[in-house]
Amino acid sequence: MTPNNKTDQMNIVIVGHVDHGKSTLIGRLLADTGSLPEGKLDQIKAMCEINSKPFEYAFLLDALKDERAQGITIDTARSFFKTEKRHYIIIDAPGHIEFLKNMITGAARAEAALLLIDANEGVKENSRRHGYMLSMLGIKQVIVLVNKMDLVNYDPEVYSKIVDEYTQFLAQIHVTPKTFIPIAAREGENIASKSTKMPWYAGESVLSLIDDFEKEKEKDNQPFRMPVQDIYKFTEQNDDRRIVAGTIETGSITVGTPIIFHPSGKKSTIKSIEVFNAAAKQKAGVGGAVGFTLTEELYIKPGELMCTQNELQPKVGSKFRANIFWLGKAPMIKDKKYKIKLGAARGNAYLADVVTVLDASSLVSDTQKIKIDRNDVAECIIETIRPIAFDLNHDIETLGRFVIIDDYEIAGGGIVTEKISDENTVEKGAERRNFTWTKSKISPEKRARNMGQRPCLLLIIGKQETEKYDLGVALEEALFNQGKTVYFLGISNMLLSMNRDARRRNTEDRDEHIRQIGEIAHIMADAGTIMISAISEIEDTEASTLKSLVNPYMVKIIANGNTDLYDQKADLIIDTQASVQDRVKTIIDFLNSEETFNPKEI
Amino acid sequence: MNQLDKLEAQSVYLLREAYKEFKSLCMLWSVGKDSTVMLWLTRKAFFGHVPIPLVHIDTHYKIPEMIRYRDAIALEWKLTMIYGENKTALDTKQTFPDGAIDRISCCKALKSDALKHTLSGTWPRYKLNHDTQKYDLDTNTAPYTGVIVGARADEEGSRSKERYFSPRDKQNDWDVGDQPPEFWNQYKTDFPPGTHIRIHPLLDWTELNIWEYIERENIPITDLYFDQGEGKRYRSLGCYPCTTPVESTATTVTEVVNELRTGKFANIAERSGRAQDKEDGGGLETLRREGYM
Repeated sequence: MTPNNKTDQMNIVIVGHVDHGKSTLIGRLLADTGSLPEGKLDQIKAMCEINSKPFEYAFLLDALKDERAQGITIDTARSFFKTEKRHYIIIDAPGHIEFLKNMITGAARAEAALLLIDANEGVKENSRRHGYMLSMLGIKQVIVLVNKMDLVNYDPEVYSKIVDEYTQFLAQIHVTPKTFIPIAAREGENIASKSTKMPWYAGESVLSLIDDFEKEKEKDNQPFRMPVQDIYKFTEQNDDRRIVAGTIETGSITVGTPIIFHPSGKKSTIKSIEVFNAAAKQKAGVGGAVGFTLTEELYIKPGELMCTQNELQPKVGSKFRANIFWLGKAPMIKDKKYKIKLGAARGNAYLADVVTVLDASSLVSDTQKIKIDRNDVAECIIETIRPIAFDLNHDIETLGRFVIIDDYEIAGGGIVTEKISDENTVEKGAERRNFTWTKSKISPEKRARNMGQRPCLLLIIGKQETEKYDLGVALEEALFNQGKTVYFLGISNMLLSMNRDARRRNTEDRDEHIRQIGEIAHIMADAGTIMISAISEIEDTEASTLKSLVNPYMVKIIANGNTDLYDQKADLIIDTQASVQDRVKTIIDFLNSEETFNPKEI
Repeated sequence: MNQLDKLEAQSVYLLREAYKEFKSLCMLWSVGKDSTVMLWLTRKAFFGHVPIPLVHIDTHYKIPEMIRYRDAIALEWKLTMIYGENKTALDTKQTFPDGAIDRISCCKALKSDALKHTLSGTWPRYKLNHDTQKYDLDTNTAPYTGVIVGARADEEGSRSKERYFSPRDKQNDWDVGDQPPEFWNQYKTDFPPGTHIRIHPLLDWTELNIWEYIERENIPITDLYFDQGEGKRYRSLGCYPCTTPVESTATTVTEVVNELRTGKFANIAERSGRAQDKEDGGGLETLRREGYM
């Protein structure tokens, strides 16, 4: 980059109650810094002339017809200006309560915020709500502008009253503003230079104070975290690299560093840092959208969290305390399945408990409420169906926050404040179920001796759909002919019976399918039967879920063919080149070696 | 990281997110500088590969160099290259200035309508055959549900309101008043059947950023952006009846960068040479609602 290149850039958001003068301020900033593209000003002026309206600075921002018709900003417009120090992107966030999601969209892109309060109207509902949202979104640099001072004759008492009231509010939510500035945006007072109308104000102008905003410090010194966005293997042009891709959220990493993925717990070492059209790198740091190859290739899926082995580890669990803001049209309620996105992880989650619902503008809390309505902020307990890797928000900000999807829409956002030990996991549930299970007078041992077999679930995994099925059915027949008590349950049969109302198979239902296979296998095994089933692939967490459910009986995983990178969890790998009969024999030999039949000791 | 590194990383993240979330995905390539930078970023994101088909809407009023450049790059970078067109409008000459229609209606027919039907697969698509170097009728007529577009927020008013992931309904309509929230790098990637999503990886780039990046990465760009000795160059590429070159003697990327940074174009909007923008009071909003890029 050339030295005179002033591309140092900062995003700032302007927030505040509706009609407190955000668009006017932006228009003024653009004009006073000479940042208006020539074409744009002419265009807007011409439009005003055609429509016989006097020109206003706010029109510059209201580029859409919709907006001009309604006279309020409905979305987040962006505009650009520059000072001696750097380039700014200003994000104008709508002040109307109806558009809170747009305000959040705008504010979330910013590194610093200007919060406007109308001197004439004083602190209003959204002055407070927006202050609260800034703190939840993690925006720490805030300047409060007391606008329209011209309407109160530049009276210092009006100003200091607002400063006191708002400072008190911000203190309750642990926000300390950088400063307050009295301004009159329309008149240009205290915008580009110090106003002569307010000699009682000792501070600097807006333009000079925003240049004091600091660039967010890069989080290089924090533990390494990279959500795995995807795994690539592009075979074209004989490329045999298997690349783990993602964006580094915190920390840095070098080639040769031992790493661990959560929640799977799989370990490997960085073999290379992959880049396109540039020299190979030895080190990758914060913010980089990178890719790695590993020394030992692992079967991992997108959504895992990649960490180094020797730094602070993230939490892994399925229950946490969080502060949530809710934007959804429908309230957030208990016992409804939501989708959660945290880092690259996606999963299903429930609202387990509402601790307290807070009115973000009055800070009045309601501990009786059991749902979270639109625009509410709440402290609550979230429970995920599968374990998820996360950090607490005050440890590592970006991995301590998540969004909730309801009916295809991002309906809420939250920050994680505490991990809670999970009692409702499948494992714990299975333990409780076994504890309260009505026991038969025939003990499992007695049944096993009597039937001459140790009951279990034999799960055949592999890619070819029909082959697995054929193998499962052939194995069932062979064992039956040897006098064993055995049953093959096809997944499609299970779906036909247990899941008759399920309209379609999708990933969200998969957790439930796995649970059902586990529960059926548990009952079958409790009855002394060997159950055989087949599934195309199975993740580590699913395998361990099945084992917990079938426990105290065994699950044997049989991989039909080399199943790529997940052989390690298979108890037996069989050669697909062999005939079905030979494969059946291999499995029976394996079962014999495991003393499945005619066990001497149980 | 400097500003260009940050923009690059963000675009790569968005491209990877799109690739992961959408099965039927395509990228619009106008062969202009922005979408060519986007194509370059795609090669960055996928380590030299371009696993997403490129779709070009051929209005047949494009400057001929643009088509030659498109095919040369497509062959060299081994792109899955598709084009679509509005054959009826072209055959019946319902175009500007030949037909009795204005610029906006011409844009709607040759760009918006052609795009809509090419994306949905209801009009023929043509796919580059890398062996014969000719275009064949594409047998795949499945609709694209994710469309990656190189729009920048600084181009004009309506684009500054865009989301990175922006839903469109069955009619291709853009509901400006009710857009999904986007924060913490989480985007709308869940959508009901029948709708589709536009993805905008370049939303935060400015025209200057684009040229600085072309300079830094040495990205091959069509010569139309440079003065060929007549003291004129194109700053923005479109159809020749509606795009006029600007007065400029810039012959290299560095000269273009300087012109934008401190020179004659530092304060002049990029699209000032595009006539259709001025015929529509709301910027390009009318066109954009109907699917214009």
